[in-house]
Amino acid sequence: MEFIYYFGEVFTPISMLLLIGGTIGGLILGATPGLSPTMAVALLIPFTFHLTPVHGLILLGAAYTSTVAGGAVSAILLKIPGAPANIATTLDGHTMAQKGEGAKALQLSFISSLIGGVFGVLLLIFLTPVLAQWALAFGPSHLFWLAILGVTVIGSLESNSVVKGLLSGCIGMWLATIGFDDMLGVKRFVFHSSLGGGVNIIPALIGLFAIPQVITMFSKGRYDTSVEQIKVKKHPIGAAFKEVISRKMSLMIGTITGSIIGLIPGVGGQIAGLVAYDQSKKFSPEKAKFGTGHSEGVIAAESANNAMVGPSLVPLLTLSIPGSPTAAVLLGGLLIHGIFPGTDLFDNHPDVAWPFINSMLIGQILMCVFGIYIASFAARVAQVPQSVMAATVLGLALFGSYAVQQSMGDVYVMAVLGTMMYFLERFGFSAAPLVLGLILGPIAEANFVQGSMIAGATDGAFTYFFTGGLNIFLIAIAILSIGYSAWSELSTRKESA
Amino acid sequence: MNYLQHRISSGVIALVATWVCWISYTQKPAEAFLFPRVIATLFFVLAVWTFIKALLGRSKVGNGLSIEATKNMLPGIGIAFIYIFFAAKGLGFYLSSTIAFFLLLSFYDPAPNSEPKTWMKRVIITAGFIAIMYALFAVVLKVYTPRGVFM
Repeated sequence: MEFIYYFGEVFTPISMLLLIGGTIGGLILGATPGLSPTMAVALLIPFTFHLTPVHGLILLGAAYTSTVAGGAVSAILLKIPGAPANIATTLDGHTMAQKGEGAKALQLSFISSLIGGVFGVLLLIFLTPVLAQWALAFGPSHLFWLAILGVTVIGSLESNSVVKGLLSGCIGMWLATIGFDDMLGVKRFVFHSSLGGGVNIIPALIGLFAIPQVITMFSKGRYDTSVEQIKVKKHPIGAAFKEVISRKMSLMIGTITGSIIGLIPGVGGQIAGLVAYDQSKKFSPEKAKFGTGHSEGVIAAESANNAMVGPSLVPLLTLSIPGSPTAAVLLGGLLIHGIFPGTDLFDNHPDVAWPFINSMLIGQILMCVFGIYIASFAARVAQVPQSVMAATVLGLALFGSYAVQQSMGDVYVMAVLGTMMYFLERFGFSAAPLVLGLILGPIAEANFVQGSMIAGATDGAFTYFFTGGLNIFLIAIAILSIGYSAWSELSTRKESA
Repeated sequence: MNYLQHRISSGVIALVATWVCWISYTQKPAEAFLFPRVIATLFFVLAVWTFIKALLGRSKVGNGLSIEATKNMLPGIGIAFIYIFFAAKGLGFYLSSTIAFFLLLSFYDPAPNSEPKTWMKRVIITAGFIAIMYALFAVVLKVYTPRGVFM
């Protein structure tokens, strides 16, 4: 119950201001189609430099929580999911809005997001310290395999092609080796002066997530994005609460499914929402109503995608393994403040870890309150033309990546990596494994070198890295995730053939 | 599915992987390149596998680039390239951002160019954007950006 002692930090005026600002900003950004939660958090990181680590993380956490929930606004009112996590919400939410039940759909969505989100954060609170204690037993070989596991799981599950996913992870790990070697101070792959200090993670994150979206907006040309927004009629909030409680089966399915999926690295909110929707439909006595504007569909999908947020941070805070692209960006946010998550986070920085987690709990409540009241406004703001959006994101990417170290080299790295990522994405590669490779590469290398030294002095590399229960377990999961993804890729192809 | 594009893109990646592998195995001291060698080997194997699949016409993922999308994105990429690599430092961040923002808006805004109201709107949006960027970065975050010609 240590977390209770740190609640005071969340209620200071500056923390509350950041929490409210992050929540409102996140709701608007989440409601904006084309701006993913990951990109929103990446663009926010430069603004946290002048804040203390706690305040910086409170801002990022609030933005993460509310961008996921905010995506439901455009899914319901515009039929455009704000993020992939809100695809399932569109199925019933928009139909409800067409029937004149837009306000009800929004209220159901935010209330179920609140319940799912609170459950997910509670899971984060109670599971993280236990796992962190367990992780204390990890040696260099285990940490090396964990880093490899993080890249292979995301590489195989996040991509449509296992080989291209793993290749993206390799590119990321190679990019992480650019610069001076930590042990001997030797230059590696420094083919331009901008790379002398290696690839800085924040400009890289901004480039990899923001620039491909900017180029995608360019590729649509002079494209009119305005969509007719459905007018929202008033609906009593008490009735929406009653409705959510009366649909407890869907709420439970959504919350539990989202929490479990959140714990699995690489699976993500899109799958959480769709699986919860599907399961809720199977168990519902009103199966036929799904897809026709049925409240259970909205409740299941939205409780699932917000329940996923808290658990997706468990592997990050305990093992330094980000479970999702957004968690990888949050890891970047921690690292720039000199905080290394993992085994000793709760021993050395409880004053940062607990207020951050607690703020996510309070952030869920704020997200629900503000979400219900500013949804219509957020949907209007979300209809900003693509031309304005692209130019704004490009400007923010330039200023943000420069602000990290006040270096033009970082700006060039951001631009080159971002442009390269756009073209890679067009050919089936994805940014998530590349980012994870970039972030986990140094962790893998440090533990690989340390482990090789220990192995040299003991039984040799094979015994050190490939034997022992935990090593075998981690290798087996990595192989299993690759095997499962390859099998599902093949069966999907057979089905579509 | 554009197989030629897949062949070219995977060929480029295979070339990069070969170069990375070559550097990893030829540079000294070998201890500093131990980990890069492991990664480079895996990178090379996967890149060659992808290239062979593309050569055999078995690339199934990714739609490549259409001519229309390429035509649409070229002005934007051109403006962004000049903005980031030349103008930002030469003219200063704020002046170059104002010009780049206005040009991008003029190229991609679907509103009719013949109406003076459209241009007025674009000028106001650009001014608003620069004012916000100045307030955020110069006033709040106190980031000293290159001033270019205003030095």
